Amino acid sequence: MASTTAPANSVPSNQSKGKPALLSIRNVAKTFGRNIVLRNVSLEIAEGEFLTILGESGSGKTTLLRIIAGFETATSGELWMGAERLDRQPPYRRRVNTVFQNYALFPHLTVEENVGYGLRVSKRPESEITQRVAEALDKVKMTAHAKKKPSKISGGQQQRIALARALVNRPQLLLLDEPLSALDANLRRQMQVELKSLQREVGIAFVFVTHDQEEAMVMSDRIALLRSGELEQVATPREIYGHPATAYVAQFIGHTNLLKGEIRSRVVQCGALSWPTSLPDGPILFSLRPEHIRLTSGAALPGAVRLRGPVLHQAFHGATELIRVECADGLVLVVRTAGGASPKENVELEFSPADAIPVRESTERN
Amino acid sequence: MFSRGYKTAVTVPPLAWVAVFLLVPYLLMFCYSFWSVSPSTQTIVHSWNLDNYKELLQKAVYWQTLLRSMWIAARVMLFSLLLGYPLAYFLSFYAGKRKDLLYQMVIIPLWVSYLVRAYAWKTILGSDGVLNTLLQYVHLTNQPLDFLLYSPFAVVLTLTHIYTPFTILPIYAALEHIPRNLVEASHDLGATPAQTFWKIIFPLSIPGVVAGATFAFVLSLGDFLAPLLLGGPSGIMISNIVVSLFGAAYNWPLGAAISLGMLVIVVSLLLFSERLEKKWSFS
Repeated sequence: MASTTAPANSVPSNQSKGKPALLSIRNVAKTFGRNIVLRNVSLEIAEGEFLTILGESGSGKTTLLRIIAGFETATSGELWMGAERLDRQPPYRRRVNTVFQNYALFPHLTVEENVGYGLRVSKRPESEITQRVAEALDKVKMTAHAKKKPSKISGGQQQRIALARALVNRPQLLLLDEPLSALDANLRRQMQVELKSLQREVGIAFVFVTHDQEEAMVMSDRIALLRSGELEQVATPREIYGHPATAYVAQFIGHTNLLKGEIRSRVVQCGALSWPTSLPDGPILFSLRPEHIRLTSGAALPGAVRLRGPVLHQAFHGATELIRVECADGLVLVVRTAGGASPKENVELEFSPADAIPVRESTERN
Repeated sequence: MFSRGYKTAVTVPPLAWVAVFLLVPYLLMFCYSFWSVSPSTQTIVHSWNLDNYKELLQKAVYWQTLLRSMWIAARVMLFSLLLGYPLAYFLSFYAGKRKDLLYQMVIIPLWVSYLVRAYAWKTILGSDGVLNTLLQYVHLTNQPLDFLLYSPFAVVLTLTHIYTPFTILPIYAALEHIPRNLVEASHDLGATPAQTFWKIIFPLSIPGVVAGATFAFVLSLGDFLAPLLLGGPSGIMISNIVVSLFGAAYNWPLGAAISLGMLVIVVSLLLFSERLEKKWSFS
């Protein structure tokens, strides 16, 4: 179990459940001068898992990745890989490889020489290098381009070479720093699928950094959401979407409505709305996803909260539409519908109280 | 974007300048090299022949001096690279906050007159100069070392001092041009700092090395002040011969022939180094 190596003060959700921990990040903090970039980050990465570090620009996600790779040293905290203290090793001794944001292919070497670089510097026999490079190029379908210089191949192809160059060394952990951000939307979606299936195939743990929540949802086994240098929530995509821990998480991942209210004697009072609850008394904040609010048609569902108001705005999203409805007390709700409501029209809405997920208020930082 | 008149106004003057002060003199020199000096009247005879070039090939003193000049220039080039590369490397990769200051310190010597720097070496290397006085004071030697001044050694030393900044700057520029994530990628793939230097950094800095080496070699090859001031009889270089042919010896045609020969050497070198630079630059 992972918990045997976990430090006492790490949060349980940060641990990799079931599988043994490959890398454990313990209370890592990083400051650049007066600028605090990471504070007390603890996280465990399991063998073979696809973990995404998700965050806005400036959240510290790239710094965390660079600390794992060894390009930055943490101001405090430790990195452990099994029984080995990783953060005391120089980057060239870590069994961790990186796919860089702009690929960082060596411009003076051919595709083949780029891929073979890691094996060559570690003085593997030439026959083994040739064979493993050929395999790696085959895996990313780039065999035909082996003799070309990186400047002669496209961005998507460079991406594959960067991947092959890292994977050919059979690292225990692969770090990917926004590797898809330079690609156009179509290629990007295609690469997301390819990358995910490649990861399953090779079984190496991936730590993937991105600011794109959709990308994170599509690819990850777990998402670690970083905000201003602190982990906001670590969970599976389903869990993080269905049960966001904080208002920030709820807003960052998908669309949501935040309802602020008060609980008094087992009843939620939220503006003009009220519904019974089993939660304790006190102020409360709910996240209510747009798809959990329905346009009422005829008879109400039992126990549903009902409300009505005019449609302010309508945005077409293909299969669904998002409409903004102004309800009583100036409360504006975003509702996902299959169409059928037009602006200025008065609509009747309902939602089930069970879909209103209580979340923590996100504290201000920095 | 710009009017035709404006384009003409900005491009014609510099082109005219180059034509009048560069191309025309070269053309004149080219003509002179096929003329000769009449032995009886000591005037230049405008009759076309190849005598000057024949003399160059036949008389040992000319091509020996040319070879010596190239040997001096080659040594200057080598020492400038050996001194300049580590400094440029340090500046680019490790100087940190002191980078700008150190960079200025490389530039500043270029503001000091060439003559002042050459004379400075004279006072250092002379028989009662700073170095000899010091060596005798600490009893390492009991009489002045006379190979220090008026020797090829003094010329190589002075030219190396003068032209090293010219090698540092292009090497520094090439090193600054190397994306730092390539260095990180190399380390990430398991290469030690030494392997990273030889496999990534050095190959990518070759255009700068070639440019710097070319500067040092070409500038030294054509130098005549350092050999004049510090070279002595054994340190004479080809340009000194040209100077005397255009001066006291009054044989402009032969001087022009030597100059053209050097021009051919230098231009071929420049073309060669340009090809090398192109071959080693990637973008």
